[in-house]
Amino acid sequence: MSAALKVALIGNPNTGKSSIFNALTGLRQKVGNYPGITVEKKTGYCKLSDELEAKIIDLPGAYSLNTTSLDESVAVELLLNKRNEDFPDVVVVIAEVENLKRNLLLFTQIKDLGIKTVLAINMADRMGRLGIALDIQTLEQELDTKIALISTRKNEGIDALKKLLSEHSQLSESEVLDVNRIDAIYFEGLKKTFPKISLYKLWLAITQDVNFMPIERQSIADQSSFSTKSKDELKKMQHRETVLRYQFINSALKKAYQKDFTKAEGVQGFLDRLFTHKIWGYLIFFVILFSIFQVIFDFSSYPMDAIDGFFGWLSEWFKDNLPTGILTDLIAEGIIAGIGGVVIFIPQIAFLFLFIALLEESGYMSRVVFLMDRLMRPFGLSGKSVVPLISGMACAIPAVMATRNIENWKERLITILVVPFTTCSARLPVYLIIIALVIPEGRIFGLGYQALVLTGLYFLGFLSAFLAAAILSANLKLDRKNFFMVEMPTFKTPQLKNVGFTVFEKTKSFVFGAGQVILALSIVIWFLGSNGYSDDFKNAEEIVIAQIESTSELVSDLEIEHKISSYKLEHSYIGQLGKFIEPAVQPLGYDWKIGIALITSFAAREVFVGTLATIYSVADSEESTIVGRMALERDAVGRPIFNLATGVSILIFYAFAMQCMSTLAIVRKETNSWKWPLIQLGFMTVLAYVASLITYQLLV
Amino acid sequence: MISIDRLRVGQKGVIVEELDAHIPVKLMEIGCLPGNEVELIQIAPLNDPLYFLVDGSRIAIRREMAQYVKIDLKS
Repeated sequence: MSAALKVALIGNPNTGKSSIFNALTGLRQKVGNYPGITVEKKTGYCKLSDELEAKIIDLPGAYSLNTTSLDESVAVELLLNKRNEDFPDVVVVIAEVENLKRNLLLFTQIKDLGIKTVLAINMADRMGRLGIALDIQTLEQELDTKIALISTRKNEGIDALKKLLSEHSQLSESEVLDVNRIDAIYFEGLKKTFPKISLYKLWLAITQDVNFMPIERQSIADQSSFSTKSKDELKKMQHRETVLRYQFINSALKKAYQKDFTKAEGVQGFLDRLFTHKIWGYLIFFVILFSIFQVIFDFSSYPMDAIDGFFGWLSEWFKDNLPTGILTDLIAEGIIAGIGGVVIFIPQIAFLFLFIALLEESGYMSRVVFLMDRLMRPFGLSGKSVVPLISGMACAIPAVMATRNIENWKERLITILVVPFTTCSARLPVYLIIIALVIPEGRIFGLGYQALVLTGLYFLGFLSAFLAAAILSANLKLDRKNFFMVEMPTFKTPQLKNVGFTVFEKTKSFVFGAGQVILALSIVIWFLGSNGYSDDFKNAEEIVIAQIESTSELVSDLEIEHKISSYKLEHSYIGQLGKFIEPAVQPLGYDWKIGIALITSFAAREVFVGTLATIYSVADSEESTIVGRMALERDAVGRPIFNLATGVSILIFYAFAMQCMSTLAIVRKETNSWKWPLIQLGFMTVLAYVASLITYQLLV
Repeated sequence: MISIDRLRVGQKGVIVEELDAHIPVKLMEIGCLPGNEVELIQIAPLNDPLYFLVDGSRIAIRREMAQYVKIDLKS
């Protein structure tokens, strides 16, 4: 694939860039996995002609190369770094008919980098309705480029774009703006000092605060004459640059673009007033949120039950149909239990991403940002924190990544730090199993106790996120540029294909990213639970039988078997680990088995249930469900281990604790330091320990 | 001449020639340039942010930033 033509897609947000990417690559695309691997860019392949294959790189949305958000920095870093393996041969700048003028600003900047450029004008099907007429030939001449008119909604123009790309040798590389016009003396000086580098690239390196071109930046800093320009002077030059660019764009559009302003869109205005209304706006938002919850919890319980049942059956099937031995045990009790623990989250995660994608595609999400911004600010958050906080209910990993469009660093950091408090779907299995064990089934005012406790835990998640945000906001002293801008795109019917792609891709990333960790741990736990080094472990059978004989009670064979496996577990590697930490967790009301589950679920919360499943299936008994087996567990005095105090203490622990390695990894990546994930981990763990300690001691 | 955070909903104006030196480059890039028209479309329920139509673009910005954009009112 190294011979493929490298094509980068770039464009303003809301221009339909991802639809074009999907149309070009189909399902031949990949997104980097989460833990530790690059996530910023989507890549895919597209066959342009019989001989030519293109590698398509989808850059994050950007309004311009003057960066104010991390998304934009990512794009600029790639476009300025020729040594990057993805440095494009051709850039496709994606614009849309309605905001063509603004979209062209980015186009002129890309052109000035001296890269071959194609302009793709999307949403061409809306031209008639908007009263827009375009003279493509004239515009191509004016902008010195090739243009493809595209409508992804009607599936038109993609072939024309492919054809332009396959004829890439004919594309112009020349610049459109003479940067000397910004400040002749300054740029003359630059050119003398760095004769080999494009002036516009130098200009970006001077004005942008990103990590590209470190060598050039250093040499610029060494040449004191260029850094002596004060910030105000540089800013004035940037202002002049923007004015010059728009002069160029306006003169080009004057010849090639016409709009009939009598065609106003009445419905759009009405919807805008409705969705941002001080009463109706909030009411509609909360109804939508509530319906999403309702659907996620009601609808996904069916597939989730089915998945649970299926994996239980599969595990039994393997045990019955494979010869008994270590391998069968590993498959049935380690691997299948592990995979089941991941697959069971798919329905909820997919539903949540479906709704988020629908709200974003339709243009509604921007109205929510607008409505919520002022409410979020006292907590040090931004209106744009709403989407991450909602996404956090599926999984904190995509939620942390969704903070990238928050321009203000402090608001973004606080959002990242508090997102893991929201009740992610990995907490749900822990909650469900503990609630089933310790909360009675009764009802009050027609509402089930169990459902009330679960709802309460979701509120607790949001409450703690906002409290933590307020504390952080009061204590973090960060002074960065304060900027907030959200585009309010016109309302559109979501394109189902795009929504489908988003849901598929995010769910897949979760399954393969988090899934690997969970699966690997399940196997490790199974191994540690079925092996040991001590004599007690090796001679478990004789010891147990000797004990039984000494009491001369009548015991069935099955019971003997059960006693042997419990004894083995207690003296296995994992049993000894659990005993070792028992003193630390005893004040919270936990025994050594729960202690093991706490340790293993440090990697990922849902491993808690998987561990208990593995521990209790190792200690086999007649009771077939995990809940049933856990309910049978007794302490030394014969009281149930999972009583109300212990159960609630576990719920509180999991509500606060940062039990997720993948989230720590992504926070490390997004904040570019270990400082923040470690602070987050310490803060959340201490809070969890103290809160469940208090809970247990009050209830017991 | 007033700054656009003082507009009433539905009011319009044209951006003045002499730009405020502190206006963020981003605002200019989205269309806040001399001679362009700005209309206040909506104010968020708690009086902030503000939703403008700037030279054909629909954007919402916070009040404190809107102060940097000065216009001459259209009657």
